Amino acid sequence: MNENGNKSHLTIALAGNPNAGKTTLFNSLTGLNQKVANYPGVTVERKEGIWDLGDRTATLIDLPGLYSLDATSLDEQIARDVITGKVENIPPPDVIVSVVDATNLERNLYLTTQLFEYGIPVVVALTMIDVFEKRKHEIDIAKLSASLGVPVIAVNSKAERGKRELAEKVNALAGTASKIPHESNGGAPNGENALIFARYNFISKAVQDSVKHNDKIEHRVSEKIDRVLTHKVFGLAILVLILLTVFQAIFSWATLPMDLLDKGFGALGDAVRASLPPGILADLLVDGIIAGVGGVLVFLPQILLLFLFISILEDTGYLARAAFLLDKLMSRVGLHGKAFLPLMSSFACAIPGIMATRTIENKRDRFATILIAPFMSCSARLPVYTLMIGAFFAGQTVFGFISLGAILMLAMYTLGITVALIVAFILKRTLLKAPPPPFIMELPPYRMPSIRTVFQNMLTRAWLFVKRAGTVILAISIILWALMYFPRSSQPGSSGQSSVASGQQAGSSVNEQQTTNNEPLPEGEQLRNSFAGRLGHAIEPVIRPLGFDWKIGVALIASFAAREVLVSTLSIIYNVGKGENEESETLISAIRDAKDDSGRTVWTPLTALTLMVFFVLAMQCMSTVAIVRRETNSWSWTLFMVGYMTGIAYLASFLTYQGGRMLGFQ
Amino acid sequence: MTLAELAKGESRTVLSVRGESLVTRRLMEMGVIPGVAVRMVKSAPFGDPLEINVRGYSLALRRNEAESVELEQVATNE
Repeated sequence: MNENGNKSHLTIALAGNPNAGKTTLFNSLTGLNQKVANYPGVTVERKEGIWDLGDRTATLIDLPGLYSLDATSLDEQIARDVITGKVENIPPPDVIVSVVDATNLERNLYLTTQLFEYGIPVVVALTMIDVFEKRKHEIDIAKLSASLGVPVIAVNSKAERGKRELAEKVNALAGTASKIPHESNGGAPNGENALIFARYNFISKAVQDSVKHNDKIEHRVSEKIDRVLTHKVFGLAILVLILLTVFQAIFSWATLPMDLLDKGFGALGDAVRASLPPGILADLLVDGIIAGVGGVLVFLPQILLLFLFISILEDTGYLARAAFLLDKLMSRVGLHGKAFLPLMSSFACAIPGIMATRTIENKRDRFATILIAPFMSCSARLPVYTLMIGAFFAGQTVFGFISLGAILMLAMYTLGITVALIVAFILKRTLLKAPPPPFIMELPPYRMPSIRTVFQNMLTRAWLFVKRAGTVILAISIILWALMYFPRSSQPGSSGQSSVASGQQAGSSVNEQQTTNNEPLPEGEQLRNSFAGRLGHAIEPVIRPLGFDWKIGVALIASFAAREVLVSTLSIIYNVGKGENEESETLISAIRDAKDDSGRTVWTPLTALTLMVFFVLAMQCMSTVAIVRRETNSWSWTLFMVGYMTGIAYLASFLTYQGGRMLGFQ
Repeated sequence: MTLAELAKGESRTVLSVRGESLVTRRLMEMGVIPGVAVRMVKSAPFGDPLEINVRGYSLALRRNEAESVELEQVATNE
């Protein structure tokens, strides 16, 4: 091993305030050489890349955005662990690059002065210098560097300005001892507040010496924009309008790609069926895997769009305003305005939503947010809503022009939000009793979102969803298929024959059509005797009062793994259990035509509504359970969540169904 | 007079930040320390939280948090 200064590969940490341009600089320095993972045991994103320094290379570690290193939040704790070399597989950094926003110099330099105190050489990368100069402010970088005692380099990621110089400085400083103890805390008397005071005094002096602010032309563009966007009346109206537009866009823009995906998986299933000899393998692949996983991946376009919008709102700076507008409402039920973002993300998927709660510093506030996040109608519920509405409420309007489907959809979202707020209110007064959390938050200046950052955020989050489809949902689809496929019913040959028959029908996936040619198999004989069917029968007495039969019971049990599995399970159930006639080629008509054992129609609009209510409120998602376990580090909180949510779901569905019947609905 | 009572558009210098709580510390870390000028920008639709300008950036905080920031008696001109 060479001496420190001659190491061929360095470790560099990139630290900076949120919104300081850290991500843009990171992307510019590392190009496409990046990988994203999590820090061990926690869900803080660990981003690193390779930075080419010229004669040697470095691993650049992008620390989470921070205001301070006092370790009051998880992000700060992690950042501190990285800097002090306490994280497994990350050597202590040779140099820290401190990203500082020139337009917000003093507050940004606060973190820098804290970094001085770790004995690691620091280089300041000054971002947003173009904006700063456009405002006719002047800065003497050499003087600032002299006052701070560390190199300061102006960088502009778009114009490649300063990149080479930054690399040179880092190269030169690696292995040198830093000049600590720095006078940045001025040998302050003990006491944390006095220390903060001393650091800021040091900063004020350094900035006064080197910066000339142009007081005359104070732009404050963001304040002007906010005159409208956080206006007492218009602000809230615009927020509602933005959310409506986002949801509307998600539904309308995603239709075409979703149809295409749906057709694609259908064609894939047909192709597989045609190219394989009929039998268990073909059944597993087509009815189990392709139907199951495909039925879920179809929703990818919606999820991509939602994440796209959230990323844009986040990157422009609007999400912080939304939290500002809504904090009063949120704090009335005891939540932090910051809970808005996790809850909003949970409309896409509770997993990133729950992961986003780590910005909430207080543990009780964080837990309260985690415990209600799954009430937000996530995209996995959409297939369920869409199916039910498509089957029973399609084409109906209220007042002649508002579609009943849209109203029901809105009602489901509202139901979830309302229950979440009530639960939060109760939790914050009982189990998670605590004073309202502090709300001290920067409202970052409005910026044009960086296309790259937006797409990166969107893809990282969407990838979580795809991974789930490839793992959890794949596994469940196979298990479920097996539970329904075994044990084989007592009429050997009949199933095999029908498969043979369908194999001869080139390209047709409707494989049970020929069943009627054999000795007619009692409807659903296979499913009834299967393991899944027996389970469904076992729980039937419990779900009877909700208007569900044992087949829905099978689908319900399966959907506790993941909600969207309901759709694939129903497809599998109605394929396996019932010979489809020529008319019922779609799941919707299969559901409409389904009869129970006594020949009565199973599904009515009331059943559909009850099922939707159940899905709004029940905790049916293995991945969420796993992530809650990881985030709360407690099985009791996790099980509590599953229990109380499912209890509420049962009660609400019971009231819906029985209430509906009392009102005369079927 | 505390920061919570500062009128919209008015600027004053911070005299002291009371308390040793997490809130106090967070406020100070964000740059609200004695001697710095703060300007009231606005309050949110329901009267809370507040938006102030400090050290050239916008900071949102709740009314009860602003109460721990004592201001000087004389208004400062910006």
